[in-house]
Amino acid sequence: MSAELGQTPSQTVGPYFTLRVYRKGDEILVPEGYPGERIVIEGRVLDGDRRHIEDALLEIWQANPAGRYRHPDDTRDLALDAGFTGFGRTVSDFETGEYRFVTVKPGPVPDAEGAYQAPHISLVVQGRGMLNPVFTRIYFSDEEEANQDDLTLRRVPAPRRDTLIAQLLDDQDPKVYRFDVLFQGEDETVFLDF
Amino acid sequence: MSEPLIRHYGPRAYADHPPFSYPDYRSTVKRSPTHDLVEIVQTLSETTGPGQAWAEISEEDSDLTTNTGTGSPAIGERIIVTGRVLDENGQGLPGTVLEIWQANASGRYAHWRETEFPAPLDPNFVGVGQCLTDSDGGYRFTTIKPGPYPWGNHPNAWRPSHIHFSILGPSLGARLVTQMYFPGDPLIPLDPIFNSAPPHAGGRMIATYDHEVTEENWALGYRWDIVLRGELATPTHGGAD
Repeated sequence: MSAELGQTPSQTVGPYFTLRVYRKGDEILVPEGYPGERIVIEGRVLDGDRRHIEDALLEIWQANPAGRYRHPDDTRDLALDAGFTGFGRTVSDFETGEYRFVTVKPGPVPDAEGAYQAPHISLVVQGRGMLNPVFTRIYFSDEEEANQDDLTLRRVPAPRRDTLIAQLLDDQDPKVYRFDVLFQGEDETVFLDF
Repeated sequence: MSEPLIRHYGPRAYADHPPFSYPDYRSTVKRSPTHDLVEIVQTLSETTGPGQAWAEISEEDSDLTTNTGTGSPAIGERIIVTGRVLDENGQGLPGTVLEIWQANASGRYAHWRETEFPAPLDPNFVGVGQCLTDSDGGYRFTTIKPGPYPWGNHPNAWRPSHIHFSILGPSLGARLVTQMYFPGDPLIPLDPIFNSAPPHAGGRMIATYDHEVTEENWALGYRWDIVLRGELATPTHGGAD
C-alpha cells in the first residue's frame, strides 16, 4: 500500500476543550471493588520553566488486568470485562496542575519479538500551546525486573529511562504512583514516536 | 483465535504537521519538547486504540442547533458539515468517534474561562457535539457557523472561524485533534495557529462549500474529509506464547 492522501495536520486543543473532551468521571476507569489491582496515578505537567500547565488534556490507553486490549485486533483468548474500556481522560487542575487517574494495573502484552512487555500504560498529552500530541508510556517502579527486559525501555538512552517510570508513593490499596510529565530541560520526559 | 492481529502503521508524517515549537504562537515555546522523540517498534499498545471501545458507549449527538434540549433553536447561520474520515490509503474508517466544540455565532465560547470578550452567549447553543462515522467513514453534523473571536497572542489577534475536531480512530497512533476552517475567511492568513501547519498541508484543514450538501430553505453545506495515518503493509498475526 502506498499513501495516496496526505494526513490532516494536527492543531491545538486550545483552552476550551473541556466543553466536550472531558467529562467528570472520565478519569475513573474502574469502580471500587473492581477485581484486579486498583491503582492511582497522579502527577503534574510542567513547562520549560517548571511552571505547571493548568490546562493539559491527559488520555490513557491500557490493557485490562488479563493483558487484553478492548479492540477488535486483540483476538487473544483472554477475559474482557464489559465495564472496562481501558481508556481514560482527565484535565490538570487549573489551580494546582495536578491530575489523577484511578485504574488497574494492566496485565502482560506481547512485544514485537514474541516476549511480554513490562506492564505499562500509554499516555497522550495535549493542551493549549501544544500543536501536536505527545505520546509516552507510564511504567511502574515496583516492576524493576520486568522493566529491565522491556524492549521499548531499552530503546531509551539509559539516563533518561527513569522519566518513564511512575514512582510508587503509597503501597496501600489502592497503590499510589507519581508520574510527572516535563517539557524541556535535562529531565524532560521521553516522548515516543511510533 | 489466540494470536492477535498486528498492524503495521506508517509514520506520523511530522512534515505534514506543525512543529512542536512555533514562536508566532507564543505559548508553544515553553510547552514543547526539546529532545528528539525516541522511535519505538509498534506493538499492540500502539496499533490498538480507544476508538472502538469508546464507540460502544458513545451517544450520538450530532445536531448542535438543538442538542441543548431547551426546545428553542440556536441563533446564527445554520450549516451542515459532512465528510469522511479516511486513512492515507483512501479507506473509509467506520466507527470513528468524532467530538467537536466551537464558539457560537457571536464568537463566544460557553466556557467558564471566556471572560474577556463581550459577545453574547446563546442559551440555546452550547457548541458541543459528537457522532460516529458510518460504515463508509462518513459523518454529518448540523450546527451554527462559529464567529471569529479575539485572543491574547498578539495585538488585535483574532482567530478565524473554526470548529475543533477530536478524532479517536482505529489506533492510538492515529490520535488526532485538529480544527476545521471555512473557505474564503480573510483571517486565515493572519492566524498563527493555522499558519503553524506547513504551507503544503494547511489547505487540508479548510472545508469546501458544497451546494449539493446545501438544503433548500434550511442550511448551507460544507464538505470536509479528515485523513489519518494508514497501514504500510498487510497485517500479520503474532504475539507472545
